[in-house]
Parts: sequence; C-alpha cells; structure tokens
Amino acid sequence: MKKLVKYIIADILRSRIMIAYTVVLLVISFSVFSIEDNPAKGILSLLNIILFIVPLVSIIFSTIYIYNSNEFIELLVSQPLQRKSIWLSMFTGLAVSLSLAFFAGAGIVILLYAWSMTGAIMLGCGVLLSIVFAAIAMLASVKIRDKAKGIGTAILLWLYFSMLFDTLVLFLLFQFSDYPIEKGMIALSFLNPIDLSRVLILLRIDVSAMMGYTGAVFQSFFGSEVGMVIALAIMMTWIAVPLSISTIRFNNKDL
Amino acid sequence: MPKMLKIITLLACLWLLAATVMELSARTIRVGKTQSVTSIRQAIRVALAGDTILVDKGLYQEGNIIIDKPLVLKGIETPVLSGQKKYEIISVKSPHVVIEGFVIKASGQSSMQDIAGIRIYNTHHVSVTGNVLEDNFFGIYLQQSKHCLIKNNRLKAYGKAEHLIGNGIHSWKSDSLTIYGNHIQGHRDGMYLEFTTNSNVEHNTSHGNLRYGLHFMFAHHNNYTHNTFSSNGAGVAVMYTNHVNMKSNNFKDNWGDSAYGILLKEISDSHIEDNLFSGNTTAIFMEGASRIRINNNRFNANGWALKIQASCMDNRIERNNFRANTFDVATNSSLVLNNFDNNYWDKYEGYDLNKDGVGDVPYRPVSLFSMIVERYPPAMILFRSFMVSLLDRTEKMIPGMTPEQLKDTMPVMKPLNL
Repeated sequence: MKKLVKYIIADILRSRIMIAYTVVLLVISFSVFSIEDNPAKGILSLLNIILFIVPLVSIIFSTIYIYNSNEFIELLVSQPLQRKSIWLSMFTGLAVSLSLAFFAGAGIVILLYAWSMTGAIMLGCGVLLSIVFAAIAMLASVKIRDKAKGIGTAILLWLYFSMLFDTLVLFLLFQFSDYPIEKGMIALSFLNPIDLSRVLILLRIDVSAMMGYTGAVFQSFFGSEVGMVIALAIMMTWIAVPLSISTIRFNNKDL
Repeated sequence: MPKMLKIITLLACLWLLAATVMELSARTIRVGKTQSVTSIRQAIRVALAGDTILVDKGLYQEGNIIIDKPLVLKGIETPVLSGQKKYEIISVKSPHVVIEGFVIKASGQSSMQDIAGIRIYNTHHVSVTGNVLEDNFFGIYLQQSKHCLIKNNRLKAYGKAEHLIGNGIHSWKSDSLTIYGNHIQGHRDGMYLEFTTNSNVEHNTSHGNLRYGLHFMFAHHNNYTHNTFSSNGAGVAVMYTNHVNMKSNNFKDNWGDSAYGILLKEISDSHIEDNLFSGNTTAIFMEGASRIRINNNRFNANGWALKIQASCMDNRIERNNFRANTFDVATNSSLVLNNFDNNYWDKYEGYDLNKDGVGDVPYRPVSLFSMIVERYPPAMILFRSFMVSLLDRTEKMIPGMTPEQLKDTMPVMKPLNL
C-alpha cells in the first residue's frame, strides 16, 4: 500500500495540471499580499479565492484522475491486493498531493506574510477542504460509470456547495426570521464544509462585528475550544462519510 | 474732631494689619499618630478658615469626615481613609476646599442613598487632586457645585453588577467643572454628568466600567478632549444634549450588541472631530441626532463605522478615514437627510481620471448585505460568502434596496492625513 501511495503521489505531482494549480495559487497569493499593505486585508482577499478555487480544483481534478486511472485500477485489482487498500491508497495519494500543492501554493505565502492564528486557521481550512472535496469526488466517480456524467456531477456538487447552499440558507433565513434561529444557523453551517471554513475565518477577521448580538452566539460557539474541536470533528466527518461510502461501493463494484 | 479721626484711622490701620497677619499666618495643623492631633475630625474642629491640615501616613477610620470650612486637606505619603464599608468618607460642605494626596477607600454601599468616597454638596471652588479612590460605591460625587477641579485621581472599583455599584465621577446640576487626567475603572458609569454645563473633561481614561465609559444627559456646552474610553460594557452613551464638543478622543474595543463607541441620542449642534474609533462593534450610533459635524475622525476596524437612523438630519460627515471596517454605514430606511462628503473609504473602487485626488463616481457606503443584516441579524453567518458578494456587486451596479441618496459624491482616493 505504501508503495502504491508513493507511486500515485509521484504520478499526480508530476502532472501538468497540478503544477499549474500550484503556480496559480502561488502567483495569486503573492500578488494579494504585495498589493495590500495590511496582512489582515490580504487574508480577506485570499479567503474568497481559497473558498472558491480550492474546492473546484480538488473535486474536478480528483474526479478526472479517478476516471483516467480506470485501467490502472483494473490492473491493480487483478493483483493480490485488497480492493479496500487500493481505494484508500488512491484517496491518500490524492489527498496528500492536493494538500501539498495547496501548501506550496498558498500555505508558504500565508506563513511568510500573515503568520497568526487567522493564517493558521486559513491554512488548516484549505488543507481540510482539499481533502473533503477529494473524498466527495471519489464518491461521485465510484457511483457514476460514465466519465462525462461524472465530471458534470462533480461540477454540480461544487456549484451546490459554493453557491446554491448559501442561497438556500438565505431563503430559509427570510422564511424563519421571526424565530430564534441563531443556533439553527450554526447547525446549518455544519452541512457545508465551505461555509464552516468561512465562518471559522470570519469570526477572526470581523471579530468586532461578530460581537453583535447574533454574532456573539456564533462567536461563543466557534470561538471556544470546544467549538473548534467540534468544527474539526465535523470536517473529519465530511471526509470520513463520503470516503467510507465510496469504499463500500468500490468493494462491491462490478468493474 | 481731627484727633478723633486720627485715632479711628490708626485703629483701622491696626485692624487691617492684624487681619493681614492673621491671614498670612493661616496655621498648619499636623495630624498623625505621633502628633498632638491624632484625628482628622479633631483637626477640622480646631481649624480656622484657611488653615492647612497635613495628614501623616497611616490608616484613619473616622467614619464620615465633614469639611464645613475652607481648608486645605493634604496627605503626606498617601494616608489611607477608610469608610469601613459603612460611611460616606469625605463630605465637603464649604467652598475653597482642597483635598489632595489621600487613598480613600471602602465607602458604604446603599441602594437608597448615593454614598460616595468624596461628595461635594452645593458649593464652589473645591479641588480634588491626586487621590486614589478604591472600592467605593460612588467615587467623586458633585451636586449643585460650581468651578470645581477634579484632577489626576485614580478611581478603581470592583463592581460585579450594575445595581451594586455607583458611578466613578458623578455630577448633578453643576457648572464650570474641570475634570482632568483621571483614571476610572470598574464603576457603573466611568463619568456621569447630568444637568452639568460649561465643563471641560480632558485627558481622562475610562476603562472597563460595567455600563458606560461616559454618560451624560442634559449637559450642554461641554468639551470632551483627549479622553480614552475603552472596553466599557456598553461604550459611551450621551443623550438629550446640545452643543457638545468632542475632540481628539479615543474610543476603542467596546464590544457587544448594544455597545457603541459612542451612542448619540437626541444630540444636536455638536462637533465631533479628530477622534479615533477602533475595534468597536458600532463606532457611532445616531438616533434623533441633528446638526452634528463629524469630521477628521479615523474609523479603524469597527464592525459598523456609522449607524444612522432615519430620525437623524442635517448631519455633516466630512473628511473622515474609513478603514478596515466590516460595514461602513448602515441605516434603517431609505430616507437620507445627511451629507457625506470628501471621506476616504477603503472599499471605494472608483477611478480618478483627471487625477485631482477625488473619485469620479460616487461611493455608496451602505451595502445591500448590511441592510439585510439590519433586518435579519442571523444573516451575519453568510457574510463574505460568494453569494453575498455577488448580491452586493449587483446592488452596487443598480441600487434597488439601498438608499439611493446615501452617497459620498466626492470620495477622496488616498487616505487623508489625520
């Protein structure tokens, strides 16, 4: 399995798309921090880019990679290897290389320009988002046999998590504005890893505004250590659940 | 007859001389454990008007000390006057009293009376300087007093709930006070002025009080300069007053839903200039405020820099720097009766083709999302999401929900040098 993971990582990191992704992230984050004289504002500009680009690249790249490795997977299955370990190696390879690319592209710049708790949380969120969307991509690609359909689903899923979900939340908010829904909003943000990351960073950047009445509810939850641990656990769940479902599917799949 | 006149003149001269000598030789009474006079009360009893009472260091528990003649009461090496949690410590009932260099601590507490560390009753020209007031119910309380000086005192209390503690410096129906260089912490309101006029409040620090750092009502024609109000429970709230002058103050870190850098309620004809507002949930909240000039202030990293309710009119907000605020301006209606001009807004994205330093397109400081949050506070959780940025952008192109008239037509391109 170790050998396999190593091979996959090497294979992915060599690919041109991955190199381009790293370079683009590097250029964007460098230019953001050199334009803004205030690192806090740089973080702010980077926030939207990270919440937008990282999930998109992670989900699409992972889906395409799995489809393209179809024959390779078939070859591996014919070897005396457990299906589970093949699938988990694929996942580990993708997760590690995407995280590495993110870290090299944006992480180092954040460490250099904005090393603070906010920067650290941002870094953590970026890495976790990369892994979450790799896991979701694997679920999508194991369920759908057709490549074009699979990639389409991946794009739709990304669209849902980064845009449609917020629209739904806004709609629900207007509908139930007469009720005390602050706690419900926290629970709702658990249903979207992108939202969860955004809220965690928001609570540090806009701390003054977040101390207002409703904000204080979020602040007291996510600002506490228990809240941070819960948020981390939720992110882990977002990795574990799609991954285990897809592993079970792959185990029983007729290749 | 001339002889008679001569004698009278001589007598008059003698009397005058005697009076002058008496005046010059105003006695000094020394109070202390090793002195002949051991209590301050005794010293006041034997003192004549104009005498000086010097108090040696030590602990004095004398209940309520009433000063009823013009005296100078001076502590040597900060003697401690304790009220043993029962008494009002010093009551001043005479003009021309000076109280200097004491530690005054542990006044009584009451929910019926306003017991203070030092209370000044219906008099004038009293000066309280360089004292430390610790753990008192009210710190320094002035009622119907004029021309008093409260300078360089340090007031500290350990209030746990608003109803269990009084104000630091409390003034009621007074006039022409100077409150300078005091440091107030842990009281209910740091400074509270009601019906107090023509006064100067300068260089004070009001930090970590339970309710307001500064609170005044019906206190016209006062100046507030170079004060710092930080981390107070509800910031600063001022009401029902006109002709207020606030200059070069520092309002910072007042966090909470109803905490404001400064809350202006029914304030008119006033001037707010050269202040620094940083890290407040709301820097300035205006309700029923009119004819106020807000200029040359710096607004840094506040949740909301300005919240202007529709009940405000004829206010002029000019030449301020707005930087790194979550929201610049919020309002609750589309009615705009105030002027915004020549401010620097760090969120401004316009251009300046003729390079005159003034942006060519107006800046609208109210964003759609700030209107939404005003109505639906929990929407705050969606802030900075892609959807919200998209909504804000479209609204900026075609204003629909945000007040069309609320705009800075001459936004400056570069931060003003303030």
